[in-house]
Amino acid sequence: MVKSGTLILHTAARVLMPLQLLFSLFLLLRGHDEPGGGFIAGLVAAGAFTLYLFAFGVTATREVLRMVDPRDLVGLGLLLGMISVFPAWFMGQPFLTAQWWTIPGIEFKASTPLIFDIGVYLTVLGSVLAMVMTLMEVDKDEP
Amino acid sequence: MMQFAVLSGFVLAAFAPLLHRWFGGSTSFVLAAFPAVLALWFLGQVPAIMDGEVLGFALEWVPSLGMSLTFVVDGLSLLFALLITVIGTFVLIYAGGYLKGHPDLVRFHVVILAFMVSMLGLVLADGLVTLFVFWELTSITSYLLIGFSHADLEARKSARQGLFVTFAGGLALMAGLVMLGIAGGSWSLVELNGMGDALREHDLYTPLLICILLGAFTKSAQFPFHFWLPNAMAAPTPVSAYLHSATMVKAGIYLLARLQPSLGGTEMWVGILSVVGALTMFTGAFLAIRHTNIKKLLAYSTVMALGTLTMLLGIGTEGALIAFVTFLLAHSLYKGALFMVAGILDHETGTKDVTAMGGLRPLMPVTALVALVAALSLAGAPPLFGFIAKELMFETILGAEAYRWLVVLLAFAAAFLTIAVAAIVALRPFFGERRPTPRVAHEAPVSMLVGPAVLALLSLLLGLLPVLAGMGLLTAAASAVIGEQVTVTLALWHGINLPLVMSLVSLALGYMVFRRWDQVRARLARLDPLMARGPEAGYEALMDWVAVVSGWQTRILQNGYMRNYIMVTILTLIALVGNSLLLRHAPEIVFRLDVRFHEVVVVGLMVMGALFAAISRSRLGAVVSVGIMGFSIALTFILFSAPDLGITQLLVETLTVILLVLVLFRLPRFASLSTPLERVRDVMVAGSVGVLITLLILTAWGIDQFVPISGYMVENSVPLAHGRNIVNVILVDYRALDTLGEIFVLALAAIGVIAMLKLRAAEKPGKPASQEKESADG
Repeated sequence: MVKSGTLILHTAARVLMPLQLLFSLFLLLRGHDEPGGGFIAGLVAAGAFTLYLFAFGVTATREVLRMVDPRDLVGLGLLLGMISVFPAWFMGQPFLTAQWWTIPGIEFKASTPLIFDIGVYLTVLGSVLAMVMTLMEVDKDEP
Repeated sequence: MMQFAVLSGFVLAAFAPLLHRWFGGSTSFVLAAFPAVLALWFLGQVPAIMDGEVLGFALEWVPSLGMSLTFVVDGLSLLFALLITVIGTFVLIYAGGYLKGHPDLVRFHVVILAFMVSMLGLVLADGLVTLFVFWELTSITSYLLIGFSHADLEARKSARQGLFVTFAGGLALMAGLVMLGIAGGSWSLVELNGMGDALREHDLYTPLLICILLGAFTKSAQFPFHFWLPNAMAAPTPVSAYLHSATMVKAGIYLLARLQPSLGGTEMWVGILSVVGALTMFTGAFLAIRHTNIKKLLAYSTVMALGTLTMLLGIGTEGALIAFVTFLLAHSLYKGALFMVAGILDHETGTKDVTAMGGLRPLMPVTALVALVAALSLAGAPPLFGFIAKELMFETILGAEAYRWLVVLLAFAAAFLTIAVAAIVALRPFFGERRPTPRVAHEAPVSMLVGPAVLALLSLLLGLLPVLAGMGLLTAAASAVIGEQVTVTLALWHGINLPLVMSLVSLALGYMVFRRWDQVRARLARLDPLMARGPEAGYEALMDWVAVVSGWQTRILQNGYMRNYIMVTILTLIALVGNSLLLRHAPEIVFRLDVRFHEVVVVGLMVMGALFAAISRSRLGAVVSVGIMGFSIALTFILFSAPDLGITQLLVETLTVILLVLVLFRLPRFASLSTPLERVRDVMVAGSVGVLITLLILTAWGIDQFVPISGYMVENSVPLAHGRNIVNVILVDYRALDTLGEIFVLALAAIGVIAMLKLRAAEKPGKPASQEKESADG
């Protein structure tokens, strides 16, 4: 039902989606210091795909996502969240104690909170997309 | 570390399916190496433990809560650990033959290994919490094993019964252990055993003892909770031999023995344990001879043995406790062997009914011999180890101080009934005239004979050379139960005394009961109406009542109407919050009217949105006005300089509107479902929750009892967490565990949505569409 055929929406969705996804990555990475973070970024990314969904429908969106099923994103997100728990354990500290490493050369601060935040990002993105796409798919099946 | 050696069994259990791929049908024999190696290790510890040494293996678990995963090996736990590992080895080998080619053999291996490790953990644990965790794990694995043939209704029902009874007791036990920990000020069994006098004087002694006894009695099938154990015979025979005779059902007995030094010896302990134990002993023996199913016969005689053990712990003298450890060992040996023999008979003849078997001796000579030896030990005939145990038991109860004649009478009756049971099990199938059985019987495979043969041989060997057991293992075990070093000297011949006379008389009586068994059973059948009113009927009535109550409360609380769920939630909120706000705190309302113009505008927008949503007669209109409210809230966040919250609120609001629009088309047409009176009620409920929350916020404003935690977070955000955005630092660092939980909740919600929509779509063709629409309204 929601597959609208207007030219404006089509064009806007095509142009906006990459920008929105880029913006969501930006929000994700700067989140620790400036407004942003995994949760917000995940919502923005989900919004980007939802816009595309509204413009082109579920099948086209699945093609954009290629092999990635939103449900796999949820699983991957949770896995990353769990993975970030363990480095502290190996260092003999309580679970979830943040570990910081600086990658030499580019001076990038890598850390377990970042891994964790990426996990949050993927879980939020996957969950919202899974819900929206399932709802739309069921609609499509109905007369 | 020893903990890892034992707990690696869980890992092995997880990999059992993989091993099946490599070894196929002979996986049982491969897996049997695990308990065998542990058994050898435990055997190696016997000399050290004999000298009164206690091996402790400490491993920090949650140091901040003072919890550790400590295993302790003393005489008692060593005796149990040896029983678990040795019998476990044979049971696994036996299962390889018994369940050969069974499609669910993999599942059996996974669960039985998990059980083995749980049981080992239970008898080795030093901490009360650890002990409880393993205790419950044995209940769960036992449930899975009783219900192994899950396609069978009877097996499922029995499994549930065992689970409910042991879990109910487990709840009581948890309360009891917590009280024990509080009373003693320690969670370590070793420490608690050193402060027996203080514990027995403590105010909490009576309640904690009752709770712990409830746990132990349900687990070890004491009267009146004995009924679940015979029903548990629905499990495959290797399970019955292992869990429901040799190990798990003795967990309650183990706990009582473990706590004997710290809690035992009081009038209450002696009274309850002696009487309940004696009653269980007699009930078990009496109910046994009513049955013709060989496994039920053995199960009831296990109930009898468990009663005897409890009774001996209750009497609690040094002699009684020596008798206790001796009887424990003897029973595990012969009962394990007999159950395996029962399994062989069932496997080879195709029936469990002893009256349908006869004259099998020429066909299966080895089995017959094994059965005879084990049954003689059960009957307590010389020169088997069971004889020594029974002599010690008689000797002890003749010297009992409390309820002596009741106990002696019941013990004597139980003894000759048990002899009858032994004769029925060992003589009836093998001697007499040959009867046709559903399957043509022949000798069992070697894998099924090894276990019972070794166990029966041990019964004989220890009977002839009691010094072997007495010197080492039993001395250590008895010392641990008594709480001080004692020496156990066992002998086959005690001279002509009262116990020997009692043994001889009971042998004669038992043989008479066996000869006239069919008449006895016919007479006892008249008692059936009375038996139908036993404790099991009480259990059934309780379960029916639970079903009725849950049906009733579900109809009220879970009726499927969204409006009712919301109403119940809000009313509960009003009741609880209102109670503590209005009645327990005097509401001090601080009212500072210090607002700026744009704030008034935003608030006005919110109020208008809410009002319009309530009175709108179109769905889309309501969605949009709720959206207005949401965006106004986002605006408020931004005005009060919380950009993260503002952005999140905006995004969530956008998504909510999108989701609502998607769902909107699926809803039935807008309709008025409430009468005017109901609408008045709704307005009142909504109004009161609004007023209450307003009052709450105004009150909370004036309360300044605690130092805000935000100061610490702001100060440490950069130095500790390397981040300037405090909201994010809280989410991914300070409170990362909360966030982890939240993303799991989010994922679950998504799975829920998918499941609901996809499954509904899948079953659609069978149902008319109009019904679907109506249920979607709920």
